[in-house]
Amino acid sequence: MSKELVIISGKGGTGKTTLTSSLAYLMKDKIIVDADADAANMYILMKPKVKYSEKFKGNPKAYIDPDKCTGCDICRKLCRFDAIDITDDGVYVVDEIKCDSCRLCEIACPEKAITMKDVFSGEWYESETEYGLFVHAKLYPGAENSGNLVTMVKHRAHILSEEKGIEYILVDGSPGIGCPVISTISGANFVIIVAEPTPAGLHDLERVKKLCDSFKVKSGVVVNKYDLNEEKTKQIEEFAKKEGIEVLGKIPFDKCVPDAIVNLEIPYAACDRIKNAIEQIYKRAMELL
Amino acid sequence: MKIAVTSGKGGTGKTTISLLLAYASENPQYIDCDAEEPNGHLFLKPKIEKRIPYTELVPKINEDICTFCGKCADACAYKALVVMGEPLKKVMFFDELCHSCGACAYVCPVEGALVEVEKQVGEIAIGKAGHIDFVMGQLNIGEASATQLIASLKRDYMDESKTVILDSPPGTSCTVVETIDGVDFVVLVTEPTPFGLSDLKLSVELVRDMGLPFGIIVNKHEDEKHLIEDYAKEENIEILYRLPFSEEFAKMYSKGSLPFEKYKNDFASVLKRIEEKL
Repeated sequence: MSKELVIISGKGGTGKTTLTSSLAYLMKDKIIVDADADAANMYILMKPKVKYSEKFKGNPKAYIDPDKCTGCDICRKLCRFDAIDITDDGVYVVDEIKCDSCRLCEIACPEKAITMKDVFSGEWYESETEYGLFVHAKLYPGAENSGNLVTMVKHRAHILSEEKGIEYILVDGSPGIGCPVISTISGANFVIIVAEPTPAGLHDLERVKKLCDSFKVKSGVVVNKYDLNEEKTKQIEEFAKKEGIEVLGKIPFDKCVPDAIVNLEIPYAACDRIKNAIEQIYKRAMELL
Repeated sequence: MKIAVTSGKGGTGKTTISLLLAYASENPQYIDCDAEEPNGHLFLKPKIEKRIPYTELVPKINEDICTFCGKCADACAYKALVVMGEPLKKVMFFDELCHSCGACAYVCPVEGALVEVEKQVGEIAIGKAGHIDFVMGQLNIGEASATQLIASLKRDYMDESKTVILDSPPGTSCTVVETIDGVDFVVLVTEPTPFGLSDLKLSVELVRDMGLPFGIIVNKHEDEKHLIEDYAKEENIEILYRLPFSEEFAKMYSKGSLPFEKYKNDFASVLKRIEEKL
């Protein structure tokens, strides 16, 4: 069974992809996974050559057959997601974006006018890159179910790693504490939480750390742009100490990083000022993995 | 006027822009809909006047009268209920999987065997920060979906007599859809990087699908970076404002403050532009 290293953050924009892509550059013998299906960005730096792609089915959505519907209104009254609308012509329709796939309307419809129909919610890909195999996905805008999609891309990566005898899986996770992150960290051997030295950064870190704990996943912290606010960085270090998690490293603020990304370069390869810090983080993470 | 501020992903400056817009308005209500990580309060430091528990309905089973027929488990699309029959009679409920849809209670044939009870999954905080009315929804950690909490914020706490600024969650999935649904205008915040552009395109696809009027605000703008400018021109989308990149700004932000006064006039004109467009 290959080992899974996951990078997450309390919120987006903290430098998750900067760190993940840099680790992808350093790490040998791994499969890279972009599990941030809502706003997939790793592909921009990995420049993948897609070898295989497949559409991904979301949860089935309710469909109302207008020929059978008598307009009794039972479904609309019962739906707690406000997913059933009446058009100006009095036809009952389902708002697929709002439909939560609970099937209550289908169960309750006395005319059996409602059925659940499959919809595609995104696509997933297996690609080759300069840095190794890459499994990634794109969720269609407005589609839900990214938790399931995350589970699936991770599962694909594990199958591939077994087939090819690859030792590590490196996952760029989703931000936040909601369903996609829960799927991202489940099954991980080690989680790196990227935090910024801002009031929001510490607040978000506390929440995401609790989430890792509740799933009993080992985690460590990386402070990105630590020198923007050394006071807050100290608070993050104190928080980590109190919580008994290690600060794996601190990456300095460097204007070179956004510029590297604009030039589609991996920050580690392009920016000398952050090299040391990233190498340290890489070494320590591999020891703890 | 209801304006939602969103971005393809987090960290692009959604909260910054939302707050600068709210501050610049004469009659604002700021609603933080990013219920997984609400951050607006960290900058506004509002005086919270009320904290209201946010609850959702979950099933509670009375095993004394339950016949263990299994209909509730069959109806549950989220697999939150498992019923075991002979010899061990038991109903197990996994509340973290429950979406509070009510299907289990609807199908239960025995009166009183399965009733819905309220469970607190978050909190809504209401207060004031200077002239800004402040509302925030915050989900408890480990709760899976913020969508219904956002729906409640909009349905029960939005003051339509005000200029309402809805600070949206990041991304383009269900929580964002819930936030921007029915607003008058959507502000898409982006950064002039390939990541920013990639995420912006997804957001544009979403707001166009939903038929909402929208415009772009570029955060961390630099004159020599044309990515967003070129895209906006090509797609015929208006850039409402360009907030310049500044390390000074980043440092201020990291200390929990924002240059509200400095940008007040600029954002007042952004609000005016939006109003004229409607």
